[in-house]
Amino acid sequence: MPTDLRINGKTHQVDLPDDVPLLWVLRDEVGLTGTKFGCGVAACGACTVHIDGEAVRSCQVALSDVWGEVTTIEGLGTPDAMAAIQQAWVEHQVAQCGYCQSGQIMQAASLLAENPAPSDSEIDEAMQGNLCRCGTYPRIRAAIHSAAQKMQEA
Amino acid sequence: MASFKKIARRSFLIGSAAIVGGVAFGAYYVSRPAPNPLKPAEGEAAFNPFVMISNDKITLIAPRAEMGQGVHTTWAALIAEELDVTLDQVEVIHGPAATAYYNSALLGEVIPSKGYDKSRFVHSLGEALGHAGKLMDMQVTGGSSSMKDGYERMRAAGASARETLKLAAANRLGIASSQLSTRDGKVIAPGNVEIAYTELAAEAAGLEPVEAQLRHRSEWKLLGKAQPRVDMPGKATGTAKFGIDIRLPGMKFAALKANPHLGGAMNGFDASEALQMPGVEQVVDLGNAFAVVGSNTWLAIQATEAVAADWGPAPIPGTQAEIHNAIRAAFDAEPNSTLRDDGDVSALPQGAQEVSAEYEVPFLAHATMEPLNATALYDGSKLQLWSGNQGPLLTRNHCADASGIEPEQVEVNTLLMGGGFGRRGEMDFSVYAAKLARQMRGTPVQLTWSREEDMTHDFYRPGAMARMRGAVKDGSAVLLDGQIASQALTPQLMSRWFGMTPAGPDTALVDGAFNQPYGIPNYRIRGHAADLQVPIGAWRSVGASFNGFFMESFMDEMAHAAGADPLEFRLTLTRQEWAPAAKVLETVKEMSGWTGNAPDGVGRGVAMTYSFGTPVAQVIEVAEEDGLIRLKKAWIAADLGVALDPQNLEAQMFGGMAYGLSAAMFGEITFAEGAAEQGNFPDYDAIRMHTMPEVEVRILEEQSHISGAGEPGTPPAAPALANALFDLTGKRARRLPLMHDFDLLI
Repeated sequence: MPTDLRINGKTHQVDLPDDVPLLWVLRDEVGLTGTKFGCGVAACGACTVHIDGEAVRSCQVALSDVWGEVTTIEGLGTPDAMAAIQQAWVEHQVAQCGYCQSGQIMQAASLLAENPAPSDSEIDEAMQGNLCRCGTYPRIRAAIHSAAQKMQEA
Repeated sequence: MASFKKIARRSFLIGSAAIVGGVAFGAYYVSRPAPNPLKPAEGEAAFNPFVMISNDKITLIAPRAEMGQGVHTTWAALIAEELDVTLDQVEVIHGPAATAYYNSALLGEVIPSKGYDKSRFVHSLGEALGHAGKLMDMQVTGGSSSMKDGYERMRAAGASARETLKLAAANRLGIASSQLSTRDGKVIAPGNVEIAYTELAAEAAGLEPVEAQLRHRSEWKLLGKAQPRVDMPGKATGTAKFGIDIRLPGMKFAALKANPHLGGAMNGFDASEALQMPGVEQVVDLGNAFAVVGSNTWLAIQATEAVAADWGPAPIPGTQAEIHNAIRAAFDAEPNSTLRDDGDVSALPQGAQEVSAEYEVPFLAHATMEPLNATALYDGSKLQLWSGNQGPLLTRNHCADASGIEPEQVEVNTLLMGGGFGRRGEMDFSVYAAKLARQMRGTPVQLTWSREEDMTHDFYRPGAMARMRGAVKDGSAVLLDGQIASQALTPQLMSRWFGMTPAGPDTALVDGAFNQPYGIPNYRIRGHAADLQVPIGAWRSVGASFNGFFMESFMDEMAHAAGADPLEFRLTLTRQEWAPAAKVLETVKEMSGWTGNAPDGVGRGVAMTYSFGTPVAQVIEVAEEDGLIRLKKAWIAADLGVALDPQNLEAQMFGGMAYGLSAAMFGEITFAEGAAEQGNFPDYDAIRMHTMPEVEVRILEEQSHISGAGEPGTPPAAPALANALFDLTGKRARRLPLMHDFDLLI
């Protein structure tokens, strides 16, 4: 039976078995490839998206369990109209291979929504589920602080 | 073509004097330029294989794998510097697989000299051997070689295109080229007349390329300064396309399952249950693996578990203990190499104190963030392939072989890589996709590996052991005699890539040990090749990653035995041998405020490794917090000779260190019945936000040659941490990963 999903402000009708994880609905059905497959077991955070503003691992949310509006990295901002957090990522030249960064940015965006001025230990706490094999962590931390400051000034 | 291959085989004898004759001939033969693979359309000009200008666009070709190291940006900056364009005016693409894109620096690195003491003869030998790269289809990204390779050639490509454009403008205006200048993609003529390069493309297309002198460094506008990376906006917005993101009309999604017993055969499989599962369309035999093809990657992955396959056994020992013993047994066999033998290590110098220790490190997976994958379409005459790979020509040739077609029938599209670290220099993931597409004529198919497939079918960083013997006297080292036992990498790699096994010593086995800039009067390093068939491969700095740990841990042990400060001990020995190595040590000493006396509850360790032309020193500080050990701070100094982009080099240095720390703390692959026992990040973790130290980097330019950046940050990480743990706890780490022996914060 087709399921209606609200993704980045649009409604998508998908016809897939109930247990297909949201990650694979987004990537292989809807064609939103910004959300990445890393491990399939919620151990790396590459697949992080927001459901009703909350950061979740989309590899662990079955299609039938999606409880609200989904926001992916594509819904956060575009190359021509980046969100403040994305601008901070560019300003600090965070990405190396870049594969984990969609998930890092979505996780950081939800942190800042809850906590507009996170401390280093709060960043540690919120971001430790997001793996980066390139080791970009120092610049992720700097970009989060800088986005926090910009968002408070705005 | 046949004679090309013959020359290549003859000239590719690694580490033997036979190189000279072979390469001299080879070098003569390959000095002729390779054909330009760019096929300009009407009104476009392809000035050389690296610069293409049409009436509305300037395109620079950066034919090296972008796997996070920023190569597309810095490569383009080399061209742009001389072409007089800014990076926001151009499009940077990877371009096709072509011989013109051979790597002239990579092969030059395999000659068994120490490197830092490059004599003119050895240097020219390295360059000549590099030209043989063209014969070997070596459009390869690896060995931290891109900037060494591109530094002069790419500036020359930009300069030549600029002068050709000026000539086109001069012809149009009827004045001499010398009256013209260039700026921001335009030719400037007297009277403030400006002509955009794009307007000159058609006229310039008909001209012979003009050669030009390279500008002096003092005139650089882009190089030497931080450039915003061209791939950054895409990577911050999820719009960058990695291999796994390719979507083609009518494309099917497939999942791979290969024999977990590495190197074993597939004797057959029963797919009847899997074929009943939702979204599954077919199960395809790929030789020693099968692919489930369907409408969704996840459904395909689920169905692979429902296929009952009959797997043959692996041709490697059944237990980890037997593998360990096979490596240990290599010590008793004749050495594969003695690439350094200074002085006489047979006798203990009079009055010296002997020190000895044994070390061991495990096999390691690459664990790139993007699991392996490739996409292919076979239309009956042509195979199109989309894959993130570090060797497009080899990929083309291997896919052609596997599909029973000619290399010319294969088109390789190289995409962004979600990490490479050496793993994407292999062809297996592309070949599986090609084989699958060959059996699905007319239908594009993307073949993805689950994380478990990726981790259990790696070409692993080899496990290795070391027996170190040394002697100290009057506060310094007077003898170092090291034996390294591990599988030899080069023969396995060459056999897979080229179907040939080079003779001679394997430099990779002892890299990071024999070639260290320490002036120890009696200094010998022997490599012992283990008789073992575990699939091994290049892994960010490979040999230097384990030898760095062996050497620098042992240097620390010797320093303590000598009653010397570990940093001063290294400084004395490097000052005698090679000043740039001493300089990076002095720099981390200053940066970290090194006193040799860390306060209670704090430990500090230092290490310095010279690899891929670059000396890198690191100091790591650890502290005990709530009964657990936390990495607090790291200081890195590296000498790149010429720092083309300091901000990007900083990222490579702390990123390389992070990769080394991940392995040092957590990385370990073990085998049972020839199958890897770790399959996903919960069993094979890495450094994370809360375990990564704060880091400061300083980039130096003291040495005379430009050197590599992608790998040299990795080797000193493990020993610097191990030495810090010794400083904190008094316990010496002689095996990795450290999580087994220390209470690390995880």
